[in-house]
Formats: sequence, structure tokens, C-alpha cells
Amino acid sequence: MLTFTIRRLLLSIPTLLFIAFVIFMLLELAPGDPMGQMPLTIPDEVKQRMREALGLGEPWYTRFALWLYQFFVVEPQYWIDNAFGTNFADGKQRIISFQSRAPVFDIIAQRMPQTLWVVGMSYIVGILIALPIGIISAYKQYSVFDQSGTFITMIGFSIPPFFTGPLLIVIFAVQLDWLPSIYDTTHVVRDWETFKFQIWQMVLPVMVLALQTTAQIARYMRASMLDNLGQDYVRTARAKGLSESIVVMKHVLRNSMIPVVTVIALGIPSIFGGAIITEQVFKVNGLGQLLILALQGADIPMVMTITFLLAVLIVLMNLIADILYGVLDPRIRYD
Amino acid sequence: MKLKTALLGAVATAAFAPMALADAHEGERGRDGEVKIIYWQAPSILNPFLSGGTKDVESASLIVEPLARYNPQGELIPWLVDEVPTVANGGVSEDLKSITWKITEGILWSDGTPFTSADVKFTYEYCTDPESGCAQVTKFEGVSSVETPDDLTVVVNFENETPFPYGPFVGGESPIIQAAQFADCMGARAPECTDQNFGPIGTGPFVVTDFRTNDVIQLEANENYRDPSKPAFATVTFKGGGDATAAGRAVMETGEFDYAWNLQLAPDVIASMEAGGLGTPVAGFGPLVERIMLNNTNPDPALGPDERAVIRPHPFLGEPAVYQAMSMAIDRPLLVEVGYGQAGKVTCNWVPAPEAVNSDTFTCDTQDIDGANALLDEAGFTDTDGDGVREVNGVPMRILYQTSTNAVRQDFQALIKEWWSEIGIEAELRNVDSSVFFGGDPGSPDTFQKFYADVEMYANTFNGTDPQSYLGNGLCDKAPSPATQWQGENISRFCDEEYDELHAALTQTADADERAAIARQLNDIIVSRGGMIPLVHRGRLSAHANSLGGVDLNVWDSELWNAADWYRTGDNR
Amino acid sequence: MTEITPGADLLPEDAPAPVSRSQWWDVWDQFKTHKGAVLGLGFLVFITLFAAVGPVIWDVDPGKLDIRNKDVRPLYVALWDGDAKVSWTRPMGTDHLGRDIMANIMQGGRISLAVGWTAMILAILIGTTIGVVAGYFRRLDGLLMRFTDLVLALPLLPLLLVMMLLFRDPLRAAFGPENGIFILIVTGIGITSWMQTARIVRGDVMALKEREFVLAARSIGTPARRMITRHLLPNVLSPIMVSATLGLATAIITESALSFLGLGFPSDFPTWGKILFDSVDRMVAFPERVLFPGLAISLTVLSVNYIGDGLRDALDPRIRGL
Repeated sequence: MLTFTIRRLLLSIPTLLFIAFVIFMLLELAPGDPMGQMPLTIPDEVKQRMREALGLGEPWYTRFALWLYQFFVVEPQYWIDNAFGTNFADGKQRIISFQSRAPVFDIIAQRMPQTLWVVGMSYIVGILIALPIGIISAYKQYSVFDQSGTFITMIGFSIPPFFTGPLLIVIFAVQLDWLPSIYDTTHVVRDWETFKFQIWQMVLPVMVLALQTTAQIARYMRASMLDNLGQDYVRTARAKGLSESIVVMKHVLRNSMIPVVTVIALGIPSIFGGAIITEQVFKVNGLGQLLILALQGADIPMVMTITFLLAVLIVLMNLIADILYGVLDPRIRYD
Repeated sequence: MKLKTALLGAVATAAFAPMALADAHEGERGRDGEVKIIYWQAPSILNPFLSGGTKDVESASLIVEPLARYNPQGELIPWLVDEVPTVANGGVSEDLKSITWKITEGILWSDGTPFTSADVKFTYEYCTDPESGCAQVTKFEGVSSVETPDDLTVVVNFENETPFPYGPFVGGESPIIQAAQFADCMGARAPECTDQNFGPIGTGPFVVTDFRTNDVIQLEANENYRDPSKPAFATVTFKGGGDATAAGRAVMETGEFDYAWNLQLAPDVIASMEAGGLGTPVAGFGPLVERIMLNNTNPDPALGPDERAVIRPHPFLGEPAVYQAMSMAIDRPLLVEVGYGQAGKVTCNWVPAPEAVNSDTFTCDTQDIDGANALLDEAGFTDTDGDGVREVNGVPMRILYQTSTNAVRQDFQALIKEWWSEIGIEAELRNVDSSVFFGGDPGSPDTFQKFYADVEMYANTFNGTDPQSYLGNGLCDKAPSPATQWQGENISRFCDEEYDELHAALTQTADADERAAIARQLNDIIVSRGGMIPLVHRGRLSAHANSLGGVDLNVWDSELWNAADWYRTGDNR
Repeated sequence: MTEITPGADLLPEDAPAPVSRSQWWDVWDQFKTHKGAVLGLGFLVFITLFAAVGPVIWDVDPGKLDIRNKDVRPLYVALWDGDAKVSWTRPMGTDHLGRDIMANIMQGGRISLAVGWTAMILAILIGTTIGVVAGYFRRLDGLLMRFTDLVLALPLLPLLLVMMLLFRDPLRAAFGPENGIFILIVTGIGITSWMQTARIVRGDVMALKEREFVLAARSIGTPARRMITRHLLPNVLSPIMVSATLGLATAIITESALSFLGLGFPSDFPTWGKILFDSVDRMVAFPERVLFPGLAISLTVLSVNYIGDGLRDALDPRIRGL
């Protein structure tokens, strides 16, 4: 397993470089212009000069090489400088966003808290609700619990967040006036009161997002459990006189986890990709909002950096999923 | 001893002012606590020279200020100067080649240092540096030099006669930045100065305490603001992002925010929000016009890349009967009702404001389908093959009608398509993501400049009150083409010798009435000769909480131009 | 060898029925016992007919504007509100431009169902193929999974913009504006939503491959193609069914998100997602405008889910045998 992991990690370096290249070319090809959101009152010659000031006059390979250099050399140097007070970076240009002219990594760091609070929390909540629902639904197939669980999760999944979000706002913020409709990103949790406020303002977006996660994971969990409950090894285990809880929770659950692990692992990068629509509806302004604004504004350094970081996460998470397959089912071998 | 008395006095004023003056909306600085503003487009930078976006310019206007600005009536008013220079008061030279501004004494930057003419001169140098990529460089067009005879005098010299010398340092787009702060940010280094760009030092009522790009700005009252009783608010939270619906709801229905900017929503949606009872929408009208541009070139996809939307003429849109009939078939009052309500007016003109340049030549407020049909029949453009679509010289009148993606525009497209079908013109609709449509990417076929369609709809406007450069958008040589990388402001590729000559005359005219008369003529030429079909004169609709006083919506300058005068009404909460 | 796959081999034993009676009859018999599945099938047939045949009976042009009759409420509102503006000729009411909502839901159903099914089937086909091949043939695993990582990492919006740029005009010329954009959207959604299915199927196949019945089948020299179709595919059917159900919902909703970004159908083409999206601003005053398309999407997805459950049970010989 260790050699497999090391081999895969080494292999992921060229993979990621290739992904970076493909993403860059895609952004190059895509229509879009950092000047697209400037008002029409600014004449074209001025826009052209502004583009040149952003470095867009250079050919693509120069800009790609520059990005690689900044990402892999300048930024780490900068972090080392910050951590140890050294001076490797020596005033070299960091990756700068086109829209705000600020270092991309500083902005990403600024966005991380609200993304983790809201999107990350909703993911955890979603998984914690989904797993029991999936297990019980499968164990008591076609019971009332199973039927209502199926009904609610499927309705929840098929109604898009651009509708559930405003609906919850109208009910809980406008009519009942219980919860805020706009997330305060500057809020700092210091004591119990501020923590309570933080929970209040997270409730609505977390609810919307958790609904989607829950539905998905619960369905896969249920289907996979059902497949395994009918297998002969379950009958054998029961015949051996093992208690029902050990049969279900140890044998069946473990063998049913492969699809669920896959789905959860695929979902983790998307936490960091943010939840574009939900963030917009509640004005959470996390990474999702950052990414969509950067895409709309053709902010290539920002889009490139975020998507590349996501690619790193995707590759890592899929590697972890592959390792977990081996743990869950020792018969799976990668040699 | 003296100092102590003074201090005691200040303490006393601070203690008693709110009680005595609360009802008169006056009192000591910061008495009204926090004001919360929401813009559904989030500001990304507070340096308006590096981004021309309205959201950036307006948020920055809380901090940095110009020498003079426009009031809601479109009149120039002195801001950091004693008076607006004119030829009459000797501030503008007789030969119209220089203008002298006298800075008001005693103005301080928020860091306590004096505001001087050197800062003004520095601002000019900062923006005109060829490597800085300054978004507002057109404000300084034609300026040959900026001189500073003394600390409070600024002389701007122009290369040529400039009948309208109020470009540089006037209006929210051209504020003054501090020389000391930005000294190391000249030219190519401009984008590297993140701290400066995110927290400029200004003379305005507020100072940045925390700036989060594309998210939220927190500000506090400027301790060194020139009027000791202003601003009434101690802090400002300026939230950005989301959509117009949520912003309107936060002000008018939940009361979480005090001011929401530019609510581009259907009138019935605004009305239902207003019923929430916590806020009031306010509208103001600048020169913004929603219009349909008529392509004067041939956009046939069969043509090669160097000919498509370049060679003239269009197969049929150049026929006066065709574009007149297309305009007659449109029910403009209904468009206003459906799309803009109180934030829209019917207009037949390209330049409907200021009032002096609004031409009264045309009327277009009644729909006339029969008249339009008669006009087309008369011109001989009939439906010869019986498919319900008229033909012009054998070419069926099928047009591609494109616009940017936006709910109101899609409603307009549906309505206009229907009306045109009633006069035998078939329209295919296309909507393009606005970042692509308005982006100048020469590689994309969908930009409004490339105009690979027969007609397209969008809105445009100009800054300030002088339409000269805006009217320049109708000049032949401003047409986009492959030779110019598809850049150019003459989107319809309108080309008329008389128009070009008249515009040249405008640049030589100084008298305001004469200028307005020429502007009206230019407007009439472009509308009557097939450049565009004006639809709706659009206003700016914003909303403020009922407890927020002093809001005076200004469409000629930043909406937040008088934030220093805002206050809390009623319970003074 | 206890693992049983739904193959024909076992049928003769427990099927005294006439030879003409194929295994599919058994599947159908079992399917019929699943109430949810039957209800779901009924609704799916209804909604499909509603969208496909409805416009023939309800002969109203969905794009026809009738501004005098705008904001008509659906008939049922008259039950509790006598003053409501209702009309027998507009049973579901009209929108803010006077377009008939029933006609729009029908027309929108045609497009949404077509996009949903086609994109979902495309995604499932690609996902299953890549998943099975990667899971079964170890040599191809690395390459295919790195390719999956790549597609997962691609940002969707620029990808669709590039597709639009490259293929819109050729497709429009070849198939006309509507079909051209349909192909583009279906392909766009299909090729960007197969990755999850692929990874799940691969994970399951890797585990199945080491099970005794597969080893046994291989030891008697079963060729790879038969191994996959006979032994592996039937055993990964249930996660595929789940993917398909979720994929259908995702495709219908993604289409509306694309229209929202201006990448979808022209604005005069109603789809369920788009009707829903356009009506969100007015959901308090006119709840029916979000209710009808919302219900149509949810119930369709729900019925496909139940049909999937029913099929899974019906195809499972262990259950069918009981």
C-alpha cells in the first residue's frame, strides 16, 4: 500500500501540471475580457491600455510560465519569509488578481472562514444526517421511515437552491423575522452571544446546502446497503448467531461503504469550490462567490489559482478514496 | 489653562448636542451610530483609477473626493474649492485654454495632513502615467500640464480650446488621491500597492477600517472632516454581492440594511417589496437609454471574417420604411410599464437628458401597427411567397435580435418579437451572458461590438452633463472592424457625412445654447437615419430605509455623493 | 457458487411457464407488486403525455403575449378568493406578460424532459463505460482515472463558453437553431456529469472482481465482454440507478442554470427550470408560478426514483424468486 501511495503521489505531479495546462488553455480560449464589466463610458483605447497594464499583451506561453513560476516559486518563498522572517521573495511579484489587484492567496485566505463555516458545516451536517437515514431506510425497506425519507430527500434534491434559498428567506426572515437573510462575513465569534449569532446566521444557508448533500449520500447509502443485505454472507453471519447490530453495523455497513466513500471524497473538493448559488442568495461571499465573480470578470490569475487548488484537492481526495477502498475491502489490491 | 477650557467646552458640546439638536438633524459627529449600505455588485477595489466599475467608483466616493461635482439637478457645485471657475468669474481663461481652481483653505486629509495643490497635480501625473492603465484617463484628455502656483491654486492647461473644461478633477470618477500615500505607486507599480488601493486616504466623510475585496467594506467617520458636525454616522458597513432582489428585500422588507443601490427589478416586484413598509424606492434620471441598435453592415454568417459585419449595406435594415415601421410597431409605454415602472420614461431620443439637449422632434408614444404595415406595403416590401414574412428585394425579413442576459431584456425581446411578427418581420432571439456580451474579446462572436446580429439591445449613457464625446459615438471612423481589433464605440456602424461635419462644429462651439442645439440636431440625424431605435429613458432606482434621512439620489455623480449629510430620522436609533 | 446474477440460465428451473414467456414477464410481474413504482410509472406516463400530446389538445401558443390578460390567477384561487382574477380559458393562469402558464408548462416539459433524459443517459453511458473498463482492466485504470480527475477539475463555465464558441454556429447551420442548441446543451451537461458515476462504478467493480463468483467465472475462461455484461454490470446496477435518478434532476436543473447564464435555450423557449427561476421574485404574490414547475420537476424525479427502486427489486432474482 505504501509503495502504491508513493507511486501515485509522484504520478500526480505530471498529472497536475497537465491539468494546469489544460485549464489555462481553456481560459485562454474562452471568450471573456477583464474589461467586460467596465462601464461603456470608458473608451476602447483606454480599455486596451488597461489590458496591457494587466500583462495581457504578452503571448500565452509567457503568461503561463509566469503563473507557474509565481505559484511554485514566489508564493512558497513568500510564505517562508512570513513564517521565518527571511527574505527569499525579495519583493518579487506575487499572483495578483485582475479585479482587485490584490494577491490572490490573501483573498483566498480571507474567504476561507465563511466557506468552512457554512459550506463545510453543511457538508458535515449532511453526512451525519444521511448515513443513519440511508442505513435505517435500507434495513427497514419500505417502512414508513424509508418511504418518508425517500420522499423528503428526493423532493429536497430536485428543488434547486435558487428556489429553496429565497423561499426560506421569505418564510424565516421576512414573515417570521427570526433569522437574518444576509450573512455578516465580518462577524467574529468571541463569546457565547456572538457564537449564538453565528449559528443563527448560518442556519438558513446550511439548511439549503445540507438538503442537497443529504439526499445524495442517503440514496447511495441505502442502495448499497440493500445490495449487501441480500448477500449470502449476511445469512451466514446471522446463522452463526452474531447479533443483528454486529451483522448490520460491522459486516454490511463496511461492505456498503465503497460508493459512499467515493461520493464523500468527491464532495470534499466541492466544499472548497464553494456553493455558488447558495452563497449568492445569502450573500455569504465565500470561495464560490469569489470564483464566479472571477469567472465573470475573466480574472484569469484568480480562476487559474482557485481551480488549480481544487484540482490538487480532487487528485488527493481520489487517492485517499482509493486507499480507503483497500482498507474497506482487503481483497482490492493495486499492485 | 486655555487648553483645558477648550477641552471642557468640547466635552460639554459632545454631551448636550444630541439632546438639543437631534430633531434638527444636527449635532456632533457620529451621533447616529451605524449605517448599512448594500450594493448587489461588490466593490473590488477602492481606487477608482484602477477600475472604472460603477460599484468601485461609488464606494470610493465615501472616501476620496473631487474638486467639484454635480448635484442631483446636474449643476456643477464647488466641493473642495471656493467656487466653480467660469469665464465670467475669471477662473477660465478667455482663450478657453486654461482653468484655475482655488482650493478651500483648511481642508485636511483623514491622516491630518493638509490637502494641497501638490496632491491635485500628483493625481494628474498618477493617472496619465502611460504604464498605469488608468481607467479615468479620458478625464485628462487634452490636458497639456497642471501647474501649482501656490499650495491652494491649481491651473489646468489644455492643448486646444476646450469649451467644456470640467473634465479633470470633477465628478466621482476623477477624485484626488494623496500624493504622500501613492508616491511609490506610480506607473507599473500601481497594481502592487494593495494597501493603498484598498485603503486610500481621502478628504471625504469616512475612513476605511477594513476592506474585503468583493465582499464588505467597513468604514468609520473621518475625524478630520471639514464640517465638525458631519457625518452623522459613526460607522458604515458597505456590503456587496448577491442580487438586486435580495438587496431590495433587505432594505424594504426585513430592514437589515438602510440603503440599496440600483434595484433593476420589475415594477411589480418593487411594489410588492415596498408594501413591506420599511423602505422607500427613489428614482432619478440621467441620460441612460435602452435602445435597439440597427446594424448598418451585413452580418451574414456566410461572409468571411473580414467582411461579416464590416461591408455595407445591410440587406434591408437601411431602408427608411423598414426601420421606421419597426419603431412604429413598438408600444413604448407598455415596455416602460412592464420593465421599469417609475424608473423609466418613453423616449424617442438617443440623448434624452439633460433637458437642454433633449430633442422634441419625434413622438413615439403610441403604437401604430397598421401604420407600420401600410408604410411597408407602400414601400413595396410585401410578403410575396405567403409565409407571413415580408421580402425586401427577394430577401425575407428575418432578423437575429440579440441582447445580454437580464430578465427585463428578455421580456422586452418577447414583446418586441411579437409586435414585429405582426408587421411581417420574423425575429430570432438570442441572449448572451453579459460578461461576454460587453467584454471586448475579439475572439468571441458574441460581443456587442462585433455585432454578428441584425439588431441588438442594450443601454448606454455618459458621465457628467456634456454629451460631446458621447455624440462622437456616431462618427464614421469609430466603427469597430477587424482592423481595429473590433474596438470602437460606433456600434451600429452609422456613417453620415453631415453628422461628422456637424460634430466637428460642436467641438469648436463654446456657447452653451448653441452646443445644445447642435447636440439635438445630431440626435435627430442618428435616430431618423437608421442608427438606432430608442426605447426607454431609464432612471436609476435605489431604495433607502424610512429611518434614513438626507438621501438625495444623484444620477450625474456618485449616488453616495452626500453621505456626509445622511442621518437617522424618527427615533434616532 | 452462491452469487446469482439475473441470467437466463436459472430460469428454466423455477419457470414452468410456457417457453414464449420470457424472463421480462417475471420482471414485470415483480415490478407490478411495487406500489411506488407503479404509481411512479403512471405519473411519468402522464407527465410525458401531458408534455407531448398536451399541446395538441390545449392549442394555445406558449409564446403568445396577451398583455391585457396578464397576471391571471389559476382557477383554484377562486375557491377562497372571490375577487381573484381567474379565467376558464386560462386554467393555470398567466404570467406577467400574459403568457398562458399551462401551455408553457407543457412546452417546457417537452424540453426539460428531453434534455433531462438525454443528458442523463449520456452521462450514465459514459460513466458506466469508463467505470467498468477502469475497474476491470488494471492497465487502463491509471489513465482513465487521471482523465476523470482532469474533467473533474475543469471549471464548467469556461468549458461551456468554449463549446458555445466552437460549435454553436456549425450546429446551428447543420440542425437549425433549436436542435443545434439542444445538442450543445445535452452534450455539455452529459460530458460534465459522468465522473461521479464512473468513480462509483469503478470502486464497486474493483471489489466485485475479487469476489469468488467472478474468480470462478474467470477460471472457466469466460471472456472479458461476457464477464462484464453477465457478472459485473448486473451487480453495480443499483448505484447506477441512483446515479441516474439524481442525474435526471441535476440535468433538468443545470439546464435552467445555463439559461440563467445565457448559455442555454433562447429566452423564448420555456423550460421547467427557467419558468421556476423567472418566477422566484414573484413567489409571494403568485405562488402557483413556482408551484407548478417545481412540482413537475420534483414529481418527475420522484417517480423515476420509485421506478428505479421497483426495477432494481424486479431485476434481483433473490427477491423475485420469493
